[in-house]
Amino acid sequence: MEVLFTSDFLINLFSAGVRLAAPLLMAALGEIIAERSGLLNIGIEGAILLGALFAVFGSDFSGSPWVGALSAILTGAALGLVFAFITVTLGGDQVVTGTAINILALGLSTYLFRLAYGLEGFSHEVEFFRPLAIPLLSEIPFIGPIFFKQSFLVYLAFIFVPVVAYYLFRTMWGLSLRAAGDHPRAADTMGINVARTRYVAVTIGGMLAGLAGSILTLSHLNIFVENISAGRGFIALAAVVFGQWNPAGAMFSALLFGIADALQLRLQTISNVLPYQLLATIPYILTVLALVGVVGRAYPPKALGKPYLREERGS
Amino acid sequence: MTTDKIPLLEMREITKRFPGILANDHINFSVYAGEIHSLLGENGAGKSTLMNILYGLVAPDSGKVFVRGKEVRIHSPLDAIDKGIGMVHQHFMLVDRLSVVENVVIGTKPPGYPAFRKEAAVKRISQLIEEYGFDIDALMPVHLLSVGQQQRVEIIKALYRGADLLILDEPTAVLTPPEVVDLFRLLRNLRQAGHGIIFISHKLNETLENSDQITVIRQGKVVNTVLPQNIDRAGLASLMVGRDVLFDLPHPPYSGKQHAVLNIQNLKVLDDRKIEAVKDISIEVCNGEVFGIAGVDGNGQSELVEALTGLRQGTGGKIMLGGVEITGKSPGEILAQGVAHIPEDRQVRGLVMGFRVDENLILHDYGRPPFTRRGLLQHKEIYRWARQRAQDFDIRPPEPRLQARQLSGGNQQKVVLARELTKNPRLIIAVPPTRGLDVGATEYVHRALLDARANGAAVLLVSTELEEVLSLSDTVAVMYEGRIVGTMQRDEIDITRIGLLMGGGHVD
Repeated sequence: MEVLFTSDFLINLFSAGVRLAAPLLMAALGEIIAERSGLLNIGIEGAILLGALFAVFGSDFSGSPWVGALSAILTGAALGLVFAFITVTLGGDQVVTGTAINILALGLSTYLFRLAYGLEGFSHEVEFFRPLAIPLLSEIPFIGPIFFKQSFLVYLAFIFVPVVAYYLFRTMWGLSLRAAGDHPRAADTMGINVARTRYVAVTIGGMLAGLAGSILTLSHLNIFVENISAGRGFIALAAVVFGQWNPAGAMFSALLFGIADALQLRLQTISNVLPYQLLATIPYILTVLALVGVVGRAYPPKALGKPYLREERGS
Repeated sequence: MTTDKIPLLEMREITKRFPGILANDHINFSVYAGEIHSLLGENGAGKSTLMNILYGLVAPDSGKVFVRGKEVRIHSPLDAIDKGIGMVHQHFMLVDRLSVVENVVIGTKPPGYPAFRKEAAVKRISQLIEEYGFDIDALMPVHLLSVGQQQRVEIIKALYRGADLLILDEPTAVLTPPEVVDLFRLLRNLRQAGHGIIFISHKLNETLENSDQITVIRQGKVVNTVLPQNIDRAGLASLMVGRDVLFDLPHPPYSGKQHAVLNIQNLKVLDDRKIEAVKDISIEVCNGEVFGIAGVDGNGQSELVEALTGLRQGTGGKIMLGGVEITGKSPGEILAQGVAHIPEDRQVRGLVMGFRVDENLILHDYGRPPFTRRGLLQHKEIYRWARQRAQDFDIRPPEPRLQARQLSGGNQQKVVLARELTKNPRLIIAVPPTRGLDVGATEYVHRALLDARANGAAVLLVSTELEEVLSLSDTVAVMYEGRIVGTMQRDEIDITRIGLLMGGGHVD
């Protein structure tokens, strides 16, 4: 077990943790925007999955990972719009809609994937985002290789943390969005278009979820396999709650889950005591424990999950 | 007032139909700059609908709106704000967790837009706060402000947007007597400055004292527009209700033998934030007595009532009912001891809104015969019983198969009364029992409570409406910051003293 304490092992572990945290973080940031506006979109699992597939399609057909990432964003945006149409315009139930999107995405991604690449179960390798060492910073001992030898999309996820925080807390748009999520009627009476605000929020949320999917295929694996998202959307949902709907909080939660994931992957290779299936559950068990830990301390947006309808009979 | 001036606002032939009800029936209404125009009517008369149409929250079926003589179309609050219309809603439209500044600037485009320059906004709004002589910290989250302060934030919100026509929907319902005085002083200043003010109320005295004109609405129609100097309280009330109203119900002293029914000793209760909301309260309520607790909302009344009804555990003290201790018992056990609870919010605690009236009427007793036999609900029996209650308590329409939400507020409260009072309780705990009810329904509820008293029940009345406490109670106690700060008998009531005590003032 002394292998655990070598510096190489730790650098390796944390660097993988940061890499694995990136898709969770990207999706969680998008979900924070959606939830702060009052929409609980559990369909981000599906958006990640379809985003991952269309990233491969885009990269494969064009030969450029940038086109792949763009396709993923558009895929996510489309799913976000579908979600908004059903829940905001039609007033449908948000949890049911999100679940439907997840089921649809699972079936659709498998179908399209087999249609494109046959039945082998994985695509051929496509052009992807290679690790990009940042000059000077990557030379810092220990820290450098962990944080500054990642791929572009991983950096982007972390750059989005202050960007989303600025949007939410330092712009009038963010203020309107938070008002729509806490007290939509008050927002309405102040001239804010609640429906439009929520459409925009959940579409941005979908875009980031799609982009999170592209991290899986264009930065981690470079191929697509069926159900590649494997519940990461749900872990991102947990990271939102655990991070108290704040971008920085979501970042720490995502890092925690990412490192746990990296750890279980390594334990699988060195431990022959526990079956690997059991080790693979570590991030998920951690998710449950984290959520239990914040029970009673989490203050979600007050109107989260509730449709807003203007014209009701006043007393 | 001159009639040749162009009104600031004119609403012409406004009509709005909701499913099953004509809420506004060809209403004509105008307001001039520099006047306070009251809109008086019972609940459900159509005042709020009319104002929601004006503010763009509800679309009228027909009718026209003119601002300064020009026809305007108002499709959304944004349109209304653009036309200089501001509204202070009865239930404040404030986002609790946001600060005063954030609440004020929401939806506007301040300098720097789309960035939110907080420091600059704080400066601007602090100036406005100072200009109107308010005592509010612009950076405070609004949920930490008192109700009176929150209302001022609402007014600031409207003025910040340049409103010259201000709608106030039942603004005095939530205020202490001194705060009401302050509010009217502010409104008179705004009138002086040329604002037009629409004051919505169902309280007759304050309407008479503070209006330039009064328009009375009944069942969706304008009954009349009158000048306050040409009418009195009884006249207004009969315009509003459509019949004569008895203000002071007979209140004969209880003749039977008295003994303590409820005895509270040194009760202490924490609120949700784990702060002591009830601090060492001891009171005794006898049969045939109405014991009124006056006080401004949020001084521990809710926690006291929740402790008495078993919804919240006290942290100290004893509660005795007819000599038997009920401290820490469950709500079910306490209700079974002959306690009736007419709760604070009938729509949340009093009734299951999605249930039918007959189902609501058997909420306590559904598990017992004749309502349940062999584990099955006896719908015929339940219906028959509910029909009888609807008749006894004048629930309209008398159809127990309607959902509770389909009834008006007054009739919903009658359902609660029918359920709670039919069992001949020893103790009735009534918390703002007439909140949101109109004059007619209020009279009904008061009568029911006094009848129960005449039959020997003990009544604990908790209300923020001082008039209500004074007219019904044999004993009046004032609650302030979790304590009883003064108690007086019916014959020694001193309104000034009570007003002072409610505001936390000391009386020598």
